[in-house]
Amino acid sequence: MSDSNDTRPHLVVIGNGMAGCRAVEEILARDTGRYRITIFGAEPRVNYNRIMLSPVLAGEKSFDEIIINDEAWYADNGIDLVAGDPVVAIDREKKCVMARSGRTMGYDKLLIGTGSDPFIIPVPGKDLPGVVTFRDLDDVDKMLAAAENGGDAVVIGGGLLGLEAAHGLSLRGMKVTVIHLMPTLMERQLDEAAGWLLKTALEGRGQTILTEANTQEIFGQGKVEGVRLKDGREIPADIVVMAVGIRPSTQLAKDAGLAVGRGIHVDDHMVTSDPDILAVGECVEHDGQVYGLVAPLWEMCRALADGLTTGPTGYKGSVTSTKLKVSGIDVFSAGDFSGGEGCEDIVLRDATRGVYKRVIVKEDRLVGAVLYGDTADGNWYFDLLKKGEDVSEIRDALIFGQAFASGGGASANPIDAVAALSADAEICGCNGVSKGQVMACIEGGAHTLDAVRSGCKASASCGSCTGLVENLLALAMGDDYAGERDNKPMCKCTSFTHEDVRAAILEKELKEIPAVMQALSWSTPDGCSSCRPALNYYLLCAWPGEHQEDPQSRFVNERMHANIQKDGTYSVVPRMWGGVTTPAELRAIADAAEKYDAKMVKVTGGQRLDLFGIKKEDLPAIWADLNAAGMVSGHAYGKALRTVKTCVGSEWCRFGTQDSTGLGIQMERMTWGSWMPHKFKIAVSGCPRNCAEATIKDFGVICVDSGYELHIGGNGGIHLRGTDLLCKVETEQQALDYCAAFIQLYREEARYLDRTAPWVERVGLDYVKQRIVEDEVGREALTARFHYAQSFLQKDPWAERAAGAESHLHQHIAEIRPFAVVGAA
Amino acid sequence: MYEAEWLDVGPVDQLPALGARTLPVQGGEEIAIFRTANGDVYALVNKCPHKQGPLSQGIVHDTTVTCPLHNWRISLLDGHALGEDEGCVPVIPVKIDGGRILIGRKEALGQAA
Repeated sequence: MSDSNDTRPHLVVIGNGMAGCRAVEEILARDTGRYRITIFGAEPRVNYNRIMLSPVLAGEKSFDEIIINDEAWYADNGIDLVAGDPVVAIDREKKCVMARSGRTMGYDKLLIGTGSDPFIIPVPGKDLPGVVTFRDLDDVDKMLAAAENGGDAVVIGGGLLGLEAAHGLSLRGMKVTVIHLMPTLMERQLDEAAGWLLKTALEGRGQTILTEANTQEIFGQGKVEGVRLKDGREIPADIVVMAVGIRPSTQLAKDAGLAVGRGIHVDDHMVTSDPDILAVGECVEHDGQVYGLVAPLWEMCRALADGLTTGPTGYKGSVTSTKLKVSGIDVFSAGDFSGGEGCEDIVLRDATRGVYKRVIVKEDRLVGAVLYGDTADGNWYFDLLKKGEDVSEIRDALIFGQAFASGGGASANPIDAVAALSADAEICGCNGVSKGQVMACIEGGAHTLDAVRSGCKASASCGSCTGLVENLLALAMGDDYAGERDNKPMCKCTSFTHEDVRAAILEKELKEIPAVMQALSWSTPDGCSSCRPALNYYLLCAWPGEHQEDPQSRFVNERMHANIQKDGTYSVVPRMWGGVTTPAELRAIADAAEKYDAKMVKVTGGQRLDLFGIKKEDLPAIWADLNAAGMVSGHAYGKALRTVKTCVGSEWCRFGTQDSTGLGIQMERMTWGSWMPHKFKIAVSGCPRNCAEATIKDFGVICVDSGYELHIGGNGGIHLRGTDLLCKVETEQQALDYCAAFIQLYREEARYLDRTAPWVERVGLDYVKQRIVEDEVGREALTARFHYAQSFLQKDPWAERAAGAESHLHQHIAEIRPFAVVGAA
Repeated sequence: MYEAEWLDVGPVDQLPALGARTLPVQGGEEIAIFRTANGDVYALVNKCPHKQGPLSQGIVHDTTVTCPLHNWRISLLDGHALGEDEGCVPVIPVKIDGGRILIGRKEALGQAA
């Protein structure tokens, strides 16, 4: 690819890592064709995201998933990649570099991005086979090979890198001991309290954590066998991971005679002591500072690219924050949290949620923050810290986070929270992308998460700001932003879909609404009127025997067991099995209608009688009267089995082929009382004339001479939909069993408030057939689960209320009559 | 005769958490008394500004009640409709004293007084 006729200045980059490649990306973004570019990499592979090696070790990602720039990128941009052949010398006189293979290459501008080397503590045995560092993919491969046989692992170093190695090895099945010299884990990022919480949590996951432990030697015959501490303790080990720290890789620069301190000295434009040589990333020292995080690195790359192309801007140093996940636990820290004179601590601990928050205020300015377990407000604190804003006005609420402090106790709507962020607030710490840049990217047409990631790099590295970016998409696009899944979140309180939530309820054995909200990090304290009824349903469906009803999460009709009307009165519908009644029942209904002053008595579409205008105080009494005549709740108010409508069938009708009335009654006896995602109607017609209109019901039976046609997914509502034929069966018992199985499938898999019609259309008739008709064992299991649930659900709610249950729902708390002072204070 | 500023309408434990009870006022508007998850108590006239739905029968979440008729969301703090909807329902001052619910006499009696 290199072209000797190419007269453009030649930029040679030493280091194919995150800094080197990012610098090249920034240069290309400013001026695509200015330089001919060659990149030397020590590793024999393309540029990948080193931060993501931990998920690779833990088995959460593959190497392909952490590649930043694939081979096509190098080709498309005309970049020569020399991978696996590290540069070993720089000749500044001749302006050329020499690689290990002997290859030399001239440069006009040279960029050093050699990063860091892992620090190896100089103890005996450090060179034994089985002692590895954690820096590149080869190290990960070595650890994976060791983990294949299980056994013991020792990780020396309880900083971020060490803990991630420990987590990964532990997940891979090894018994892990972490040896840490200091009293507190991650002492550079966490204070003592947060470090202790982290230690306890990791110990709870089976790791052994030894703090204040000093390594004396690594021992073994021919290969590592264990680690001996200064206090004499011996810890067996099949592999030892050395993760005590990193130091800037400066040897090459030092040998070339460049000015080097802790790192390679650079000015504000990332130029070294040689004007034609630049350096960027972890290997540099700027203004006395050396950085080991990615955010400063991105800022350096921008300054460098500006200097090489459009015009110098200058790098001013970075204030850093750390927001990361350690073994799945969120931790965040920023600024100075060592305390000291004039510093005031504000601390919040929530032991149950495993949350610890500490902010440090000095002279009315936020100077530091440590968050453990809940890092949602990290960016906000970091923003306050960087800006040095006066926080005295919000000091009281500061610890409760942004939503509380800036909204005066308003609800914690995450969209409002990102709306309140200033344009220069940092969204993506890894790539140094501000809210303003993300919004500009969205306005420029990036309407999906992936588009934003490739457009401005936000959330393209560690991914911890994905939620923030999604919220910004929602903020910019309003309802047009449907989320990243085809499937929308359940409601604004969560980013999880109905299916996610149902799966989690089963997997994590969540049995109460607050437990679901806690486990899935609901963004509101007690949900909303959309998610609470849905959760209540999902829980009762998942745990029929254990579910405790939450009346406050029921819509009014289900809470009151009657239908609320526009004037606040209720309508009452007693059950008439299969639409069949008796003179005695009719007499009782007539008496009740008169006694409780029903304003209207109406025959419903489902073959029932509806008494309108009943007051909520009278409900228990009218139910008691109807119960006394043998009638129970008709559930005309519920997301539940409503009615089984029938025609008269073979018993009376000259066309009838089967006893449709009798089957309908059996079906209603079997299905009444079952709560469902939405209302559910059944009909049984005695012949294909279909007088019971079975083909617009959720489940319809059409009797024929040779048996029963079973139809599903019909709806006579807004969108008229005829049923689909599920199958034909021969006996009444089969019709009942298939009906139970179908209902249970719908109960278990449809989203709350899905009628069967849209649900069947979504999953497809073939799927339902496969589950109900073809999979005989599965069908029997569904039928059995339905009957099990029914054993708990078939209780007449009217009888319970008539006997006094939940009486407060029907009574006023008191009454006020003017001039008669009630209970004067 | 001494006229109390506050009316005692009953013990606070008669209010279900995330629920409401009603308080009819002879010659005046019925009042709904709400209790939130963290135990705060609020009172509004029991009529949604939209179509007079009984707010006492709505679902309470955070400091909001969703009307049972058409899902308007009404703030318990100031009686205003939230979101796109516009309207407001009168708020009755409430305080809790010794486990008893006290409501503002003047506001509770409204035009009935």
